[in-house]
Amino acid sequence: MGSPVHRVSMGDTWSRQVHPDIESERYKQSFDVERLTNILDGGAQNTALRRKVGCSTTASLPHRALSGNLAFSLHNIFLKALRSLGSEEQIAKWVPLCHRFQIIATYAQTELGHGTYLPGLETEATYDAATQEFVVHSPTMTATKWWPGDLGQSATHALVQAQLICSGARQGMHAFIVPIRSLQDHSPLPGITVGNIGPKMDLNHIDNGFLRLDHVRVPRENMLSRFAQVLPDGTYIKLGTAQSNYLSMVVMRVEMLSDVICTLQKACVIAIRYSVIRRQSRLRPSEPEAKILDHQTQQQKLLPQLATAYAFHFLARSLLEFFHRSHDAILDRDFSLLPELHALGAGTKAMVSDFCTHGAELCRRACGGHGYSKLSGLPSLVTKVTASCTFEGENTVLYLQVARFLVKSYQQAQASSGPTSQRSLPQSVAYLTAPYLAKCPAQRAADFLHPELYTKAWAHVAARLTKDSVHHIQILMRSGADEHEAWNRTTVIHLQAAKAHCYYVAVKSFTEALEKLESEPAVQQALKRLCDLYALHGILTNAGDFLHDGFLSGAQIDMARTAYLDLLLLVRKDAILLTDAFDFTDQSLNSALGCYDGNVYERLFHWAQESPSNTQGNPAYEKYIRPLLQSWKSKL
Amino acid sequence: MNPDLRRERAAASFNPELLTHILDGSAENTRRRREIENLILQDPDFQHEDLNFLTRSQRYEVAVRKSANMVKKMREFGIADPDEIMWFKKLHLVNFVEPVSLNYSMFIPTLLNQGTTAQQEKWLHSSKGLQIIGTYAQTEMGHGTHLRGLETTATYDPETQEFILNTPTVTSIKWWPGGLGKTSNHAIVLAQLITRGKCYGLHAFIVPIREIGTHKPLPGITVGDIGPKFGYDEMDNGYLKMDSYRIPRENMLMKYAQVKPDGTYVKPVSNKLTYGTMVFVRSFLVGEAARSLSKACTIAIRYSAVRHQSEIKPGESEPQILDFQTQQYKLFPLLATAYAFQFVGAYIKETYLRINEGIGQGDLSELPELHALTAGLKAFTTWTSSAAIEACRMACGGHGYSHCSGLPNIYVTFTPACTFEGENTVMMLQTARFLLKSYDQVHSGKLVCGMVSYLNDLPSQRIQPQQVAVWPTVVDINSPDSLTEAYKLRAARLVAIAAKNLQTEVVHRKSKEVAWNLTSVDLVRASEAHCHYVVVKLFTEKLLKIQDKSVQAVLRNLCLLYSLYGISQNAGDFLQGSIMTESQITQVNQRIKELLTAIRPEAVALVDAFDFQDVTLGSVLGRYDGNVYENLFEWAKKSPLNKTEVHESYYKHLKPLQSKL
Repeated sequence: MGSPVHRVSMGDTWSRQVHPDIESERYKQSFDVERLTNILDGGAQNTALRRKVGCSTTASLPHRALSGNLAFSLHNIFLKALRSLGSEEQIAKWVPLCHRFQIIATYAQTELGHGTYLPGLETEATYDAATQEFVVHSPTMTATKWWPGDLGQSATHALVQAQLICSGARQGMHAFIVPIRSLQDHSPLPGITVGNIGPKMDLNHIDNGFLRLDHVRVPRENMLSRFAQVLPDGTYIKLGTAQSNYLSMVVMRVEMLSDVICTLQKACVIAIRYSVIRRQSRLRPSEPEAKILDHQTQQQKLLPQLATAYAFHFLARSLLEFFHRSHDAILDRDFSLLPELHALGAGTKAMVSDFCTHGAELCRRACGGHGYSKLSGLPSLVTKVTASCTFEGENTVLYLQVARFLVKSYQQAQASSGPTSQRSLPQSVAYLTAPYLAKCPAQRAADFLHPELYTKAWAHVAARLTKDSVHHIQILMRSGADEHEAWNRTTVIHLQAAKAHCYYVAVKSFTEALEKLESEPAVQQALKRLCDLYALHGILTNAGDFLHDGFLSGAQIDMARTAYLDLLLLVRKDAILLTDAFDFTDQSLNSALGCYDGNVYERLFHWAQESPSNTQGNPAYEKYIRPLLQSWKSKL
Repeated sequence: MNPDLRRERAAASFNPELLTHILDGSAENTRRRREIENLILQDPDFQHEDLNFLTRSQRYEVAVRKSANMVKKMREFGIADPDEIMWFKKLHLVNFVEPVSLNYSMFIPTLLNQGTTAQQEKWLHSSKGLQIIGTYAQTEMGHGTHLRGLETTATYDPETQEFILNTPTVTSIKWWPGGLGKTSNHAIVLAQLITRGKCYGLHAFIVPIREIGTHKPLPGITVGDIGPKFGYDEMDNGYLKMDSYRIPRENMLMKYAQVKPDGTYVKPVSNKLTYGTMVFVRSFLVGEAARSLSKACTIAIRYSAVRHQSEIKPGESEPQILDFQTQQYKLFPLLATAYAFQFVGAYIKETYLRINEGIGQGDLSELPELHALTAGLKAFTTWTSSAAIEACRMACGGHGYSHCSGLPNIYVTFTPACTFEGENTVMMLQTARFLLKSYDQVHSGKLVCGMVSYLNDLPSQRIQPQQVAVWPTVVDINSPDSLTEAYKLRAARLVAIAAKNLQTEVVHRKSKEVAWNLTSVDLVRASEAHCHYVVVKLFTEKLLKIQDKSVQAVLRNLCLLYSLYGISQNAGDFLQGSIMTESQITQVNQRIKELLTAIRPEAVALVDAFDFQDVTLGSVLGRYDGNVYENLFEWAKKSPLNKTEVHESYYKHLKPLQSKL
C-alpha cells in the first residue's frame, strides 16, 4: 500500500534495522499513510516539493526542515509588517534591500514596561516640520524597547512602534523605520543604545534585544503610511480605521500558527514512538512486560494530544483560507471582515499556543525520566513553544478580545432580533442565535460519535456562557457599576466563554474538513476517530459546563466517557501510522527517543557518550574533588 | 523600596512575621533558620557569578566548589540537624542541585536503613566526611518505577566469596543517578540477586566505581554523564555499565536479607521495611512542592504589584496588573495551593517521624497507609505545583520567559519530581490499590481507619450515578468543615465507581491485570479525589491551631479559596454526584470572586511571609524592594553577548553576506 514513508536516517548503524516493536505497529495499515501525508500537505505535489528541502517555494517548508533553529525570523516579520502597513512606494524601496540582505531588519514593539496593551507604549515620534523629520525618543526606562528578536546584535534597522505626535497632538501608535547600526562597521548609530536582553528559557539562538532611543531623527518618509500620513507641514491624515494598525498583528498571529502546531505534532511523534518501544509492567502474568502505549493511562495522556494536533492542523488551514480572503479586501481598505478576522486570529493563537504548550509538556512527562533529557528532543520543544503563549499578544488578553467580540455580536443579534439576525452575524458566531436546544438528545454511548451532536453541544455551551457573561455585566451595571468596572469584574466568565467558543470553532472546522474527505473512506475513518476523541475529551474535561444547565445529564456524561474510552483503544491501533503521517525526518525531530526506526536505547547511549561532559575532561576533579577527598586523609 | 510594594505592605491586615513563625514551626525555628542563612550570605566563599551567564561545565564546577565548601563550613559551624542542613543547602545552592547531594539523601540513609552495624562502621564515617562520595543507582535505561523489571544482576560466587555484577543489555545500563557521571567514587547499586542458581529479587550492593587517588573508572566499569537535560545543569546524572565486575560478599547490605559464605540465602523478616527510604524521600518531595510553588508565587505576585498595564477605565492611569480579575484568578488560587501544600508537607514530615519511631520499636501497622498516602500526595502535589509554577511564569508575561525572572529555573529544577522517585501515574495507581483494598475490606464487614475511614460510611446502594439528593448533607460554601465533607463525598463516590467498574471488567476479562489496566483512568481519578480531600482536610484542621486572629482570618480565606476553586474546576464531579446543585456551583463561582477581592490587599504580605531571601529567589522580578526595571536593565547588560558592541559573528557571517550583494 502506497510508497514508503519519507524519512532521512540519522546515518548511524542502527537505522538499517527497524525495531520489531515499532515494525509490528506498521504491519497492518488500516489506511494509506502516504495519502494522509498528501492530504495534510494539501496535495501530493506539495508533499514532493516539501521533501526536496531547500528548493521549495513556501517559506515555511525549509523552516520546518531545519527545526526552526534559524536567525532572522524577525526579518520576515518586518517584511510582513512592511507589506501590511507600508505604502506602495515604501514597499518598493525597502523590500529589495531586505531581500538582498543589504539591511537586516527587526520589528520593535514591546517595551520593558509595556506589552500587549498598545496604547500604553511610551516611545514617542515627534514630527519636526522645520526639518521634515521625526524625532524618535524613549522618554523613560520603561519605554526601552525590549524583546524584539535579532535586535541586540544583528539588526541594522528596526521598525519601531511609537506614539506619533504632530502639530502638538497625539495620534496613537504608528510604525517608523529607524536605522540603528552603521552599514559600514555595524556599530550602533549616535543616540542608539542597543544590546541583548540576556539568557532565556530557550530560543537563545534568537538575539532578543533592547533598544533605547535618544532623540534619534529619521526622515518623514520613514513612517509607514498605507493607513495614515503626515504631510510635510505636519497635518495628519488618517486613511484607515482605528484598528487597521492591528492588521500586522493579525498577520503575525496567523503566520506563527504552523510553527506552533508543528511543535505539538513533533512531541506526539516522539512520545508515541517511544511508548511502543518502552515496556513496563506486565498486563498478563504470562506475557513479557507491556508496551507502555498499551497502558490505558498512557493512552489517556497521549492520544488526546494527537487528536488535538490534527484538529489544530485543520483549524489553522481553515483560518488561513479565511485570512487570505479577508486580507486582500482589507488592503483595499474594505474593513468589514476585520473584526471577525481579528477575533478568530486572536482566539486561535491563544488556544493553539495554550494547548500546544500544555500538550508538548504532557508528552515530555509521558516519557518518564528520559523526557527530561535533552536528548529526547522534548525539553527544547516545550521551552520553544511556551514562548508563544506570551508573544504576539498575551493569551489572556487575546481571549478577552474574543470575548468582547462575542458579547458585541450577541448584543447586536439581540438588538435586531428577527429572521434576519442570524444572517447578519459573522459566520463563526452565527450559532449565538441558533434555535435553543435545552437538552442533548443522546441516548447511548454511540450517539456521542455523531459530529453534529457534539458540535451542537459545544455551540450550546459557548452560547450559554456568552449569554451568562452578558447577563453578569447587566446585573453589575444595574447595581451601579459603570461599564468598565463591570467588565473587569466579569472577566473570569468571559474567559470561559471565549475558550468554549474557540473549542467550538476547532471542532467545527475539523468536522468540515472530514466532510471533504468523502472520497477517502479509510483516511476519513481514521481522522473521524480523532475528531470524535478531540470533541469528547474537551467535553469530559469540562463536564461541569455541560452539566451546569442540565444540557447533559449525569447519565449522558457516563455515556460520553464510555465512548471516549472505547475510542482510545481504536486510535491506539492507528497511533504509529498517524504519527508517521506527519512525515517528519529524524533530523528535524532530533530525538533519541523518536526516531523512525525505534532504536531508542542504543542511540541514547551513543549520544550520551558523545556529550561534551564525557569527551572533555573534568577540571572540577583536580580543583575541588581531589582536595576534598584528600583533606580528610591528611587529617587522619 | 518601590512605592507600590510599600503601599501594599502597609495595607495588609496581619503581621507576616507571625505567619512566618507558623510556617517554620516556631519563632525559634525562624530565628535559627535566619541565623544559618546569614552565615552563608555573609560568606565570600559562597559568592559566584550569576549561573544564568555560565555554561553547563562552568555551572557544574561552581556546584562542586560550593559542595566542597559546604562540607568544610558545616563542620566549622557545627550544623548537624537534618532540618538545619537543609536550610543551609537551600540557601547556598539556590535551587538545591548539587552533585554530591545523593551522598546525603540516598547513599547514607540507605546505608543506615539496610546496612549491618559492621557495614555502617566501615562506610558511614568516610561517607559522611566525603572521603568516599556515594550515589544510589537504581533506575536503568529501559526500566524505571517497575522495580521487578530491572535487569542488572549480582551473581554470587561461593568460591571467591564475591558477587559478580553485570549489566547484560543496553537497557540494563544504570541511567540517571545524580552525581554518578563524574563526581562519585562509590554507588549503592540495586541488582537482581542470584545465588545457587536462583533469583531472589532486588538487593542493594555497595560498588566502588572510581579509583581512590586517581578518580579513574575501575576496570570493568564504564561510567559517564548522560548528557544535557531540561534543567539540573549542575548535576552530572550518570550512566554505569558493569562487565563481570567483582565485589566482596560483605558489600551486599545485609541488615535484613543475607547471603551466607556458602551461598545460602536468608530472607528478610518483613519486606515492608524497605519502604522506609522511599517514604522519606517522597514526603520530602511534598515539602519541595510547597517550597518551589511558594517561590514562584512570591515572584509572580510581587511583580504583578509592580507592573502596570492597560486600563480598567479610560483616562485613568494604568493599574497594577494585580488589580485585574483575571490576574487574581490566575495567581490567588495558586497562592492558596502553596499554603495548603506547606501544611500538608509539615503534616507528612511529622507523621513520618512519628511512625518511624514506631518502626524502631517494631510497630509496622501504620506503614502501609503512610506509604499509600505519600505515594499519592507526592504525585498530587508535584503535578499541581509543576503546572502552577508554569502558570506563575506565564502570569509574568514575556519577562517570565527570561532567566532574569528566575521562574524557568524553578520550573526545570522542580518538574523532574513528577517522574523521579516513582512516576506520578504509577504513584497514583499505588494509592488506588490501597483505596480499593480498603474498600473491599469495608465490604467484607471490617472497618478501616485513618484517612480512608470515610469508606466505612459508604453504603454501597448510594453509588447510583442517577440518584439525586442521596447525600445527607447540604454543603455550606462558607464553612471549611462542610467543604471537607463535600470533598469526602466526592472521593467516596469516585472510589466506589472505580471499584465497581473494576469488578465489571474482572467479570468480562477474566484476567485481573487486564481489568486493572482497563479501569486505570478511573482509578487515577479516584486517587486524585482522595488526595484532594486529604489536602482540604489538613488545611481545614490547621486553621484550628492558629492562635492569632488576624492571621487566622486571612488563612481561612485562603483555605476557602483553595476548596472552592477545586470545586469550580471539578464541577462535573460535584454535579454528577449530586453533591452540589447547579445553583450552588453558581454561588461557588460568585464566592470565589469575592474571595479574590478579599485576598487582594493581603497578597504581598502573604508572599512576604514565606520569607525567601532575594538570593534564594534568584529573580529580578521578585525582588523584595520591587525595583524591577532598573535591575532588569543592569542584569541584561551583564549578559556575555553584550561584552562587545559588535559581536564576532558580524565579521564572520553578516559582513560577507551584505558585501556580496
